[in-house]
Amino acid sequence: MNATRSGWALWGDRLLLAITVLVAILWFLPVLWVVTMSLKPNSELMRSTWGFIPYPFTLQNYADLVRLATVPRWLTNSLIVAVGMTILVLVVSSLAGYAFARLQFPFKRTIFVLMIAGLMIPEQAVFLPLHQMFADWGIHNTHAALMLPRVAVPIGVFLMMQFFRAVPRELEEAAELDHASRFTIFWKIMLPLSVPALTTLGLFTFIHAWNDFLWPLVSATNANMYTVTVGLASIQGNFAQTQGLGSIMASAVFASLPIVLLFLIFQRFIVAGVAMSAGK
Amino acid sequence: MTAAARPATRSPRGRSRSRGWLTALLFLAPFLAVYLVLLVYPLFLGIWISFRDWDLMAGDYGPVGLLNYQDLWTDPVFWRSTRNTLYFALLTVPSMTIIAMLLALAVQGPGRIRAICRSVFFLSSVFSVTVVTLVWQMVLAPDRGLIAPIVQFLGFTPVNYLGSTTWAMPAIVVTTLWWGVGLPMALFLAALGSIPKELYEAAELDHASRWSVFWRITLPSIRHTVILVIVLQIVAQFQIFGQPFLMTQGGPANSTRSLVQYIYETSFRDWLVGYGAAMAMVLFGMMLVFSMLQLWLGRQGDDR
Repeated sequence: MNATRSGWALWGDRLLLAITVLVAILWFLPVLWVVTMSLKPNSELMRSTWGFIPYPFTLQNYADLVRLATVPRWLTNSLIVAVGMTILVLVVSSLAGYAFARLQFPFKRTIFVLMIAGLMIPEQAVFLPLHQMFADWGIHNTHAALMLPRVAVPIGVFLMMQFFRAVPRELEEAAELDHASRFTIFWKIMLPLSVPALTTLGLFTFIHAWNDFLWPLVSATNANMYTVTVGLASIQGNFAQTQGLGSIMASAVFASLPIVLLFLIFQRFIVAGVAMSAGK
Repeated sequence: MTAAARPATRSPRGRSRSRGWLTALLFLAPFLAVYLVLLVYPLFLGIWISFRDWDLMAGDYGPVGLLNYQDLWTDPVFWRSTRNTLYFALLTVPSMTIIAMLLALAVQGPGRIRAICRSVFFLSSVFSVTVVTLVWQMVLAPDRGLIAPIVQFLGFTPVNYLGSTTWAMPAIVVTTLWWGVGLPMALFLAALGSIPKELYEAAELDHASRWSVFWRITLPSIRHTVILVIVLQIVAQFQIFGQPFLMTQGGPANSTRSLVQYIYETSFRDWLVGYGAAMAMVLFGMMLVFSMLQLWLGRQGDDR
């Protein structure tokens, strides 16, 4: 750390770090345990669930999972919904965010305040009426029904607006002198610059979509349209019997793999996004 | 078209301005469409439904005035669910804030080890509620869980935590802490990172202790974030649903039934949507106070 610090302070630092590492190991233990159980045969789990080394080892639980095809189907649904929702949110938010950041139009301030007020409307206040509306339109149990409600969330517009505002105006002025259209400026100059912001917003939307529970629970009633989050909830009932414990754990691991991979690859953006979303 | 962008050109201003409005409208249209149709309209529809019977089983959609709200007043399960929700938030919010801050202090700074710890603490928050509750139901299981052997080792008899009216809620709180600490921790990390280094250097010259540095420099510098985290957490924890719904189904003896679960059951099991909508409005009102506080705090942050 620092040469002027006393020996005690240095040892204090090391002790704190050691405690931190210990806590981190304990924190991770449940995850490790579940992965271990998913790799053990059910007969062994009937005897004992203890231990963090998958021995005796088997891939049977995962093989069953793929063979039964329900979990892969839910996974596909989750992927379609999460990717679709992410694309829609990025398109809608970046367009509107640009308008608020750079364009002049009547009632701009009023529209902006109304949009910000929308940040205060929680999912729970609109999910019953939305369910009625979607029932009237007959679109429950479709991927679109699972995507649409979250596209209307204003936080993305707010984040993109914040980002566009921070871009120096000079970059656009040159193009304006060339009489480029607004859309060309947006598409050719602003969007390429905003890849980091789009990545962050996209990741957050994707994770939200993947883990969404309440809305898919009420909207997707057909087991073929379950997302992986709702699907897993539906098989948790079997969990009382030790029979099949290994396969339930395998499905939990399987369901989390895409999101964990995404997290490991894009960690930096996700953590930066948290700070951004706090309006800093 | 901003004034600064083209101060010298004397184009026919009126025409160029109205064309500018049209462009802005095109940029805004997709968002405004989904916003109005899928957020603003449902909100008012929800308020409207809450003043109607809207009983899907009986097929009765007639107006009932304030009857739904009056019924809430005398519904013991509604009060119990509200109390449970508040109790859950009361247990979760302070502990979450303190743990997130401690973890942020512990893992901030350079080095590979700290970076790995940061990832570990954040990782649990990307799991879905279904996976988290599955994991913790197993961890808490009295016969084959992870907690039971430790409790036994310490000389106590393991309890079926999720089956006990005393322990079920604290067990759900622990699950929630494990799940949710990543986001507030990241907020604290961002705040800690923006404290000017000079402040610490001055304290070091004074040979100030770790303890007094925390109270005199660190905490005052991040107080804005502390308040923000508390408010964000209150809003988030009022919405609790998945954890008790999946771990205890609201039991034992209604001791963990949350408001959102009661709304869900009233509307999708009993099909009394009007009554459910009235409850949703009450929850919305509870959250609104804190959401407004959150927005106000966000603006304070902008001004700095």
